[in-house]
Amino acid sequence: MSFMPYVSPDQLMKDRSEYAHKGIARGRSVIGLEYADGLLFIAENPSSTLHKISEIYDRIAFAGVGKYSEFEDLRISGIRLADLRGYSYGREDVKARDLANAYSQALSTIFTQQMKPYEVEILVGEVNGDVDGTSIYHVLFDGSVTDEHGFVAIGGHADDLTESLKEKYGPGWDLPTAVKNAVRVLGAPDSRTIDHDHIEAGVLERSQPRRRKFRRLTDSEVAGLLAG
Amino acid sequence: MTDRVELPLSGASFGADPSFVELLKRQRPEAMPSSLQMGGVDVPQATTVLGLRYAEGIVMAGDRRATAGYTIADAKMKKVFAADDFSAIAIAGAAGQAVETVRLFQLELEHYEKLTGDRLSLEGKANRLAQMIRANFPLAVQGLVVVPLFGGYDEGRNEGRLFYYDATGGRWEEQDYQATGSGAQPAKNSLKKRWRPGLDHDEAMRVAVEALIDAAEDDVATGGPDLARGIFPVVVTVTAQGATESVDEDVATAVRAVVETRS
Repeated sequence: MSFMPYVSPDQLMKDRSEYAHKGIARGRSVIGLEYADGLLFIAENPSSTLHKISEIYDRIAFAGVGKYSEFEDLRISGIRLADLRGYSYGREDVKARDLANAYSQALSTIFTQQMKPYEVEILVGEVNGDVDGTSIYHVLFDGSVTDEHGFVAIGGHADDLTESLKEKYGPGWDLPTAVKNAVRVLGAPDSRTIDHDHIEAGVLERSQPRRRKFRRLTDSEVAGLLAG
Repeated sequence: MTDRVELPLSGASFGADPSFVELLKRQRPEAMPSSLQMGGVDVPQATTVLGLRYAEGIVMAGDRRATAGYTIADAKMKKVFAADDFSAIAIAGAAGQAVETVRLFQLELEHYEKLTGDRLSLEGKANRLAQMIRANFPLAVQGLVVVPLFGGYDEGRNEGRLFYYDATGGRWEEQDYQATGSGAQPAKNSLKKRWRPGLDHDEAMRVAVEALIDAAEDDVATGGPDLARGIFPVVVTVTAQGATESVDEDVATAVRAVVETRS
């Protein structure tokens, strides 16, 4: 029979936290920012099919960094929760806050009870009627949630990106300005220019006449926005 | 039915099931439309709908009447819907059951698209609908029959395609036009005379509206357009540009054109 050596809860949490941090730091970053017409999620992603950014529901989008299988798991669970809730009640009853809470609960349980924590950080964004209706929730691997305003960066170089966003960011940017600046910021930590076809971007547009406000920006669209 | 399989060695499930219907069955079985067990109740019946192919895609149209026995249960019911960006569904039969089937079907397509990042092929959508109608069969036996028409733009083949179903989930592809519901026969007779290959959109709309007017003349359960009260058929068009529902003014123009030739 094997004995588990005693590890203080302090140490245990610290170890897990470090483990998750390391995993996340290895990956690339995602920036979420509010612009004139809604919300932009943008990331460096060499793959055009394995997404970090995705639609969850009519007015809600998702972005994840860290381990693909783990944030993909969270993304799928989020879509399922949203679709079930929207079917059981009404479409307008699906809120980003509820999703952020659900993610927070799930990640917190995994963090404390599973063998290893999820090495992920996620963003849940929502647009509503007007500028005040926009919200971004940032959920960490241990389940802690913060409500972000204006802009947020998650993933590998989150701190550097946040610093340079702080200098640059102006509320009320139009989409080309937002994309241009975000791409510049994403490349800044190791001073390179990121190629347009390595950019993944999705927007929630308030002015979108369709019920589903999420739209993925195509490579050529990103190229156009960057060139303009 | 689920497409989730287990890995032979680890036993872990392999692949996320992209079906909303299966999810609903697992999580909220009581919310499934087919978990209701009732029969012999005089529920509202949605009557005549039709679909036809034209040069750029398909047009689907339906009258606005629902009947319960000899009563008009609803004079403004909608029976034709965009199912997603590139397909449309029209329903006849037990109205409550049918509308719920449509709602579930729309969600099924949206859920699949969000989960996998790809739209289902038109063939895939048509098959999925057949399975959903088949699942409703126990209720169909009790009288709650739902028979849809389904159509859309096939992005792989670059053409509009039309499918029709029976209550058992049987699925057939239709090359020209099809109608279902109580007024299906007069509507089809009308379409047979007026439909031809390569109609343009205005002609297709007019042919569709005229068939509904013919159906309303011969079938008590089908409601004709009501110019006085502004009740017009619902017309949904699907082309390579997507699915759109015609505004009442456009349908009214087509209706007036038909009515004028007959006065």
